[in-house]
Amino acid sequence: MTSETMYILAGVLLAALAMHRLCTARDALARILALNVLSVGIAMLMLLAGRVAGVTDAVPQAFVLTGIVVLVAVTAALLSLAERISGGDDD
Amino acid sequence: MTELLPLAILMTSLCAAPIILAIPERARTLRTTINLTAATLKVGLVAWLSIAVAAGGEFNLRLGIAPGLDLHLQADALSVLFLALSAVLWFLTTIYAIGYLEGGADRSRFFGFFSLCVAATVGIAMAGNLFTFLIFFELLTLATWPLVVHRGTAESHRAGRIYLAYTLGGGLALTLGTVWLYALAGDVPFAPRGVLGDLPQTAPLALTAIFVLLIAGVGVKAALFPLHGWLPLSMVAPAPVSALLHAVAVVKAGAFGIMRIVYDVYGVETVQLLGLAAPLAALAAVTIIWGSVRALTQDDLKKRLAYSTISQVSYITLGVALLSPVAAVGGLAHLIHQGIMKITLFLAAGNFAEGRGVKTVSAMDGMGRLMPGATIAFTIGSLGMIGVPPLAGFVSKWYLGSGGLDAGQPMVIALLAGSSLLNAAYFLPILYRAWFRDPPEGAPVKRRIGWMLAVPPAATAALILAAGLLANAPFSPLGWTRFIVSLEYL
Amino acid sequence: MTEAYVLALLPFLAAVGAAATPRMAAIWGLCATLINLGASILLAARILSGGDMRADLGDWPAPLGISLVADGLAAVMLSMTAIVATAVALQAMSWGLVQPRGGQQRSRLQAGFWPLWLATLGALNALFLSGDLFNIYVTFEILGLSAVGLTALTGSRNSLRAAFDYLAAGLAGSLVFLLGVALAYAAVGRVDLAAVPALVDTATGRLALGLIFAGLAVKAALFPLHFWMPAAHSSAAPAASAVLSALVVKGALYLALRITIEAGAGIEVLRIALAVLGAAGMLWGSWMALRAERLKLLVAYSTVAQIGLITLAIGVADDPSTSAMWQAAALLMLSHALAKAAMFLAVGRIAEELGHDRISGLNRTDLRPGVAEFAFAIAAVSLIGLPPTAGFIGKWLLIDGLIDRGAWVWIALLLGGTALSAAYLSRVVSRCLRGGPHVAPGARRPEWRTGDVAALGLATTALALGLGSALPLTLLNGTAL
Repeated sequence: MTSETMYILAGVLLAALAMHRLCTARDALARILALNVLSVGIAMLMLLAGRVAGVTDAVPQAFVLTGIVVLVAVTAALLSLAERISGGDDD
Repeated sequence: MTELLPLAILMTSLCAAPIILAIPERARTLRTTINLTAATLKVGLVAWLSIAVAAGGEFNLRLGIAPGLDLHLQADALSVLFLALSAVLWFLTTIYAIGYLEGGADRSRFFGFFSLCVAATVGIAMAGNLFTFLIFFELLTLATWPLVVHRGTAESHRAGRIYLAYTLGGGLALTLGTVWLYALAGDVPFAPRGVLGDLPQTAPLALTAIFVLLIAGVGVKAALFPLHGWLPLSMVAPAPVSALLHAVAVVKAGAFGIMRIVYDVYGVETVQLLGLAAPLAALAAVTIIWGSVRALTQDDLKKRLAYSTISQVSYITLGVALLSPVAAVGGLAHLIHQGIMKITLFLAAGNFAEGRGVKTVSAMDGMGRLMPGATIAFTIGSLGMIGVPPLAGFVSKWYLGSGGLDAGQPMVIALLAGSSLLNAAYFLPILYRAWFRDPPEGAPVKRRIGWMLAVPPAATAALILAAGLLANAPFSPLGWTRFIVSLEYL
Repeated sequence: MTEAYVLALLPFLAAVGAAATPRMAAIWGLCATLINLGASILLAARILSGGDMRADLGDWPAPLGISLVADGLAAVMLSMTAIVATAVALQAMSWGLVQPRGGQQRSRLQAGFWPLWLATLGALNALFLSGDLFNIYVTFEILGLSAVGLTALTGSRNSLRAAFDYLAAGLAGSLVFLLGVALAYAAVGRVDLAAVPALVDTATGRLALGLIFAGLAVKAALFPLHFWMPAAHSSAAPAASAVLSALVVKGALYLALRITIEAGAGIEVLRIALAVLGAAGMLWGSWMALRAERLKLLVAYSTVAQIGLITLAIGVADDPSTSAMWQAAALLMLSHALAKAAMFLAVGRIAEELGHDRISGLNRTDLRPGVAEFAFAIAAVSLIGLPPTAGFIGKWLLIDGLIDRGAWVWIALLLGGTALSAAYLSRVVSRCLRGGPHVAPGARRPEWRTGDVAALGLATTALALGLGSALPLTLLNGTAL
């Protein structure tokens, strides 16, 4: 088994686990974490897509970077929403 | 300027509708003024157009919607026939409705949709192709629905739901048929003797299927058996609406659609070639008998009239389906004749209900003495329906009968005789009660009948007499239909 | 191309301005919306006369720079957005132009609305003008975040929950979409839309397209991935619901249409999947709308159904190089955007007057929000697709193409969906017609508000659009294939 295959398998596995958790969990925090794990899995797959014949292309890495920036922003928004939902009584 | 006449006729009611809808409920005078101005204007414009068309004028207005899809207004002889009917009867019904709804609720809504309804009818009359016809046909469905449910009771809402289900279902069939025909033949303009070229030879099956879809679509509105179920139910609407639905707008739009499809889309020859006429005629015959038989047992006056409409409108279909020029004259003339007779009956029935609270046949005793004017109008209408000479209904039946012989279908004579007997059987008892029985003791007066309620039925009754007596005059319904038929059968 | 720059940048600048000076937010919003309308009309006119346009921001060419592309389809979408935007801004105007100092909760909603809405507008414009998939991903993110903000604006528990679900689903969709973009890059070495045909030829490319469509399905709320949508659309403020339902989901549908046009005949499996899911969504959404007890929920489920219809249209369209069937989908989108926005604005007014939006309680005898009800009815005519609306013309083009192909099953589904939409919408309109003599003599008719004008104007535009279909169709005809 080459390292690339392992990379693919690990990425798919992470993404699948996260998807499963995302669909089944009711708890807000669990879902936020699942989304973060999902993005890690997908980032692994994307980084792999940037490797053609052992040479690393910069563009997919830029994609991943953008993805991470977006993820941080959205996670912040999700956390603040979750906080408001649970503490909404005294609003 | 003259070339814009069709547009002007359409706009008189299409523009009146939103204005009336926006008028506050209290502004009675303003609303009445706009209503009557629009109605009068339309009668004048239609008269102008009739003269222009009789003189050989041609009117075509187009607006491109999509590639190969035009909104097309035209005015030919058949358009004028229907236009004249709707313009004159709209005028009279408007007067009647203003009087009838005096003091009622939601009058702005009522008259707004009333105008929209006539705009749709006028659009149907002047549609220059099947696409335009379809647009106005659907508009008619939408415009009449609020009128049917106007009273706002649970019963009228049920009727409205059923009406909508029938007519929108028919609309879907009509839409599918129309798109299919466009996909086969391109634009389908209405033109005498059909527009299908050599399609009857190359695609007879598709054409037959399309014919069934189209006729089913318009047949719902024409209350063709077994698509007639909505009509008796929608009798819960106020009397002017029933009059409008039965005499001018809805059922007539259906009958007119059958004419357009048979004459100006398929053409008589194609219909004959595809063998579609006989089933249509048979369907019409069944409807004629079925409607009459059901009318016999109705005690509710308006329901009896409703079943009578189902039966009578199919005379028009029969006249078209017999494919004989003579029968066609009878069918086309009946479009007008049935209109003026049925509207007389409904307006008079409305007056019975308003004046004395009489809504059933069994309560008609002595009405001739209590309300002589309305009863005379009702009598003329009934005798006309039965086909007593020299009234309008006789003229139609005469031509239909001769047409049956002309088409080699002597059965038609038997059908007409049977139907006339049935007509007599359900109309004469009403007349007998009204004229020869004594009124019940101390019958209460519910409401005084003002001129707005009294004049319209009298006027239409006079038209029935005139259409029969002056049948040979050039601008009589009969004279005009002869002119049309001479174009369709050459 | 000045217009394109204005469209892509001005709303963002105005959003910043509105956020910085909350009391003047409405003025920023109104000015930006009107300029946006003007710019989109100018752009459409220029494309009509001069054909497609393309520009590179800062003169940086494609792989590194951001290029804007404007063609007929983009112009139609931009004009659609601008028209709805104007009506939404009008509705929001009823809050007043300048906020008083020290306002309470209400003014937080108003101050928050404008920046979020302007950002949404900018994101949509940029999306329609983007020529490559990665930029589109970025615009999707801006769109998603600002739309979630709009959802949560009322601050109620329900709307916060809906916003959370919306954002979570949207993020998952985005990630899948982004993976698709990366795989597309791996397959053909570029991500501009013109590279789509090349994707069809390789296995990686087809996988990429599949992932991209999966991401889009979430964002467009395509059945069965619509779970987040009805709650989000029905719990937001009326102006926000109108934007979400009419415009935001159109972003994803637009891209789906664009990709199927670019890919041509090569993606048969994907097309069939789209058509099947679309049909299922149409039936499911209609069924749920038939059973809905609240007006806003009914309208939201009707959006599920209509998205199904549009997806069905995208899916069954023939190869765009030989047939114009795809234009039906564009026309349906246009018609749905105007009518649905009008409907949400009308529902907002009805609910505001009645104090609730239960369908069974619509026929109050002492209060008749007649104008809004009328606007609702006209919008319903458009949504059902009765003549002469643009929805009707769209369905006509669709059925016409399907008949040529003999695809009777799709035609039956389409007609069935139409009948169902008539059924669930007539439920509401029939209640509005109730009244008649029951209306108490002192029945109150509420004053006209700008919201009524906006709803009625938009509904009438949707109705009249059918007669003016020649214009969008001419624009669409000029779209390069």
